[in-house]
Amino acid sequence: MSRKLRVATTSLAGCFGCHMSLLDIDERLFPLLDIVEFDRSPLTDIKHCGPCDIGIIEGGICNAENVHVLREFRTHCKILISIGACAVTGGLPAQRNHLDLGACLTEVYLTEPGLAHGHIPNDPELPLPLDKVHPLHEVVKIDYFIPGCPPSGDAIWKFLTDLIAGKTPELRHGLIKYD
Amino acid sequence: MVSDSGLHATYLGPILERHGHAAANLLQILCEAQEYYGYIHPDAVDYLGAMLHLPRSRIEGVATFYSFLHLQPQGEYRVLFSDNITDRMLGSTALMQQMCQQMWVEPGKVSEDGLLSINTTSCSGMCDQGPAMLVNGRAITRLTHQCVQEIGMLIRNRTPLVDWPSDFFVVDDNIRRRGPLLDNKLEPGDSLRTALALGTQNIVGVIQQSCLRGRGGAGFPTGLKWESCRNAQGSEHYVVCNADEGEPGTFKDRVLLASYADLVFEGMTLCALAIGATQGYLYLRGEYRYLLEFLQFVLQRRREQNLLGKNILGQAGFDFDIAIHLGAGAYICGEESALIESLEGKRGIPRNRPPFPVTHGFLQQPTAVDNVETFCQAALAIQMGADNYRAIGTPKSAGSKLISVSGDCPRPGIYEYPFGVSVREVLHDCGAVNTRAVQVSGPSGVCIAEAEFDRRLGFEDLPTAGAFMVFDDSRDLFEVARNFVHFFAHESCGFCTPCRVGTSMLKATMDKIAAGLGTRYDLGEIEHLDHVLQTSSHCGLGRTACNPVLHTLKHFRPAYENRLKSLEFKPAFDLDGALARARQMTGRDDAGAHLKPEGA
Repeated sequence: MSRKLRVATTSLAGCFGCHMSLLDIDERLFPLLDIVEFDRSPLTDIKHCGPCDIGIIEGGICNAENVHVLREFRTHCKILISIGACAVTGGLPAQRNHLDLGACLTEVYLTEPGLAHGHIPNDPELPLPLDKVHPLHEVVKIDYFIPGCPPSGDAIWKFLTDLIAGKTPELRHGLIKYD
Repeated sequence: MVSDSGLHATYLGPILERHGHAAANLLQILCEAQEYYGYIHPDAVDYLGAMLHLPRSRIEGVATFYSFLHLQPQGEYRVLFSDNITDRMLGSTALMQQMCQQMWVEPGKVSEDGLLSINTTSCSGMCDQGPAMLVNGRAITRLTHQCVQEIGMLIRNRTPLVDWPSDFFVVDDNIRRRGPLLDNKLEPGDSLRTALALGTQNIVGVIQQSCLRGRGGAGFPTGLKWESCRNAQGSEHYVVCNADEGEPGTFKDRVLLASYADLVFEGMTLCALAIGATQGYLYLRGEYRYLLEFLQFVLQRRREQNLLGKNILGQAGFDFDIAIHLGAGAYICGEESALIESLEGKRGIPRNRPPFPVTHGFLQQPTAVDNVETFCQAALAIQMGADNYRAIGTPKSAGSKLISVSGDCPRPGIYEYPFGVSVREVLHDCGAVNTRAVQVSGPSGVCIAEAEFDRRLGFEDLPTAGAFMVFDDSRDLFEVARNFVHFFAHESCGFCTPCRVGTSMLKATMDKIAAGLGTRYDLGEIEHLDHVLQTSSHCGLGRTACNPVLHTLKHFRPAYENRLKSLEFKPAFDLDGALARARQMTGRDDAGAHLKPEGA
């Protein structure tokens, strides 16, 4: 292959479980690294994403910073993949969606003792939370979805190798698990 | 002083007694407990758990599955507006808003004084006389602004339901066209006597020769079902009548139960004779709770007439009786294996099939589950004889069919036709003009446009469970489809992920398009979702959930396209607006506290 494919990954409102699952491809990381190189990713610690072939995002969208990062990925990645239950549906963080955000902040910072000394943090450095947690595809166009909590290393391997080989990725029975 | 748990033991004791302390009757026990106490109290759950040897999770699992059961205090008056598209077309949304304003209640919440709650419910089966509501389970039809205002006053004055004007609760049959079934002159016991004269072993044969097919929509040959059930090994055989008529737009079973109850029970008894069952169940949807006392009365009369009980009509060993089980607001229980789960007092989750109910049904015993109308048709077929019966209708669809007509027409109601009638004929008879589309067999059926009005109802072409909703040229078929999509998302039982998540994603996509944020990409997503739902759902609910959208996209694509933004992609919600609550709570208004549209 003439040129290595550039791949960026990030975790938004997620738990890094999908990244752990990516590492579960184990020794296959070496042949993978022969054909791809990582751009922005927890593996490289590069802070901003440059032009990439593939972007992989775990976690949903829970605050303004998530939106900025997601937009950066969409702008720079030709193919954007939503990976894991949180990215695909909002997942566990979306369990707060049936609660009022104001009530959540009040409960955490004002009612419960021991946090923030009785005021809700308002430093402009901090990203504001959205009133609800959203899956990625409600904010930008997503090209592919890999469901699972997390999807297995094998599923991720199959998906990526298909994609790199120019095949429409297809996860068959045993590899696709929603929950 | 009686302790709280003592209080619950007082009323739960007799209820448990009546139901033989059987865990299989859990749903019935919970329905009755709630009818007495208003909701299912945590102490009642504990008490029932101890008495029935069930874990708390099992009891709460059942209670939370059914939308008519509540674990939290409800209003003294629980008002539920039927939310089928036909109710909406008759103005139910405005009536509900009016009532909420009048009573100072938010939809879905209990008023602060605990007096009432107002909410919507899936189609209550009163489409020919909507808009309709249920007040504490009792149906009120033909609502008007004045009527809603009066109801508000009655509730405000805490008038007991029994003292409300009785004309509020009148439910009409609206039979507009009669055929061999609705015109039958059968007296209670006639078909049973005919069957006994034929010989018990010949009943299945006559039903097979009559080519009777199930009237619940799928059209399975009834004779074959009865034969398989009869031949299946089991310690008991059961007959179950599916009266969980939940498909929006269908109400024929309600009319049969109200005015032809004897024929329904006669058909069930025939089936019992044919398959060798001694116990039958009628599974009555919770929305038809108001028919319960009447049906019990008919059953009692039939017992006195020796048409039920021991040695029926003097035939030694012909023992059969029928019990009525109430549903509690779950569309999925119309699926026969989910219905059986519910009969066994569990959450109504469809079973894996095979094995089919004919071999492993109620309590894993051979069970014949048939639709209300099928049992009536079976009684009729026995009386008429196979040849006469088969002469009605078409070669593959013998007999007549009840059609529930509703929507934009001057004469909604029940029409009986021989199978093979064209959509155009039905439209003509009900007086519909300027018809744009007809939804045949409810949301899970097909939506057909004018070019197809010569298609015929029957298993050869347009199979139907009976719903026939008419939409004229003033209607927006996108909104019709969106109503149906909301219905499926609400009624998904949640067991399999493709359906639980897929129906919600479909609903979110339709709402996005309705909000004017849709793009061509979203139409593609709908087609993709349809593929996932059809290929990977556990049961028919998920497989058909996309039908309303696909059919309307096929015939009425511009209704969708007019709403699309011509952009490549748009977020599904207002991003900056989603930060408003956090801005308010933190008092921030700096640049970082806002999200600009992309590219701005």
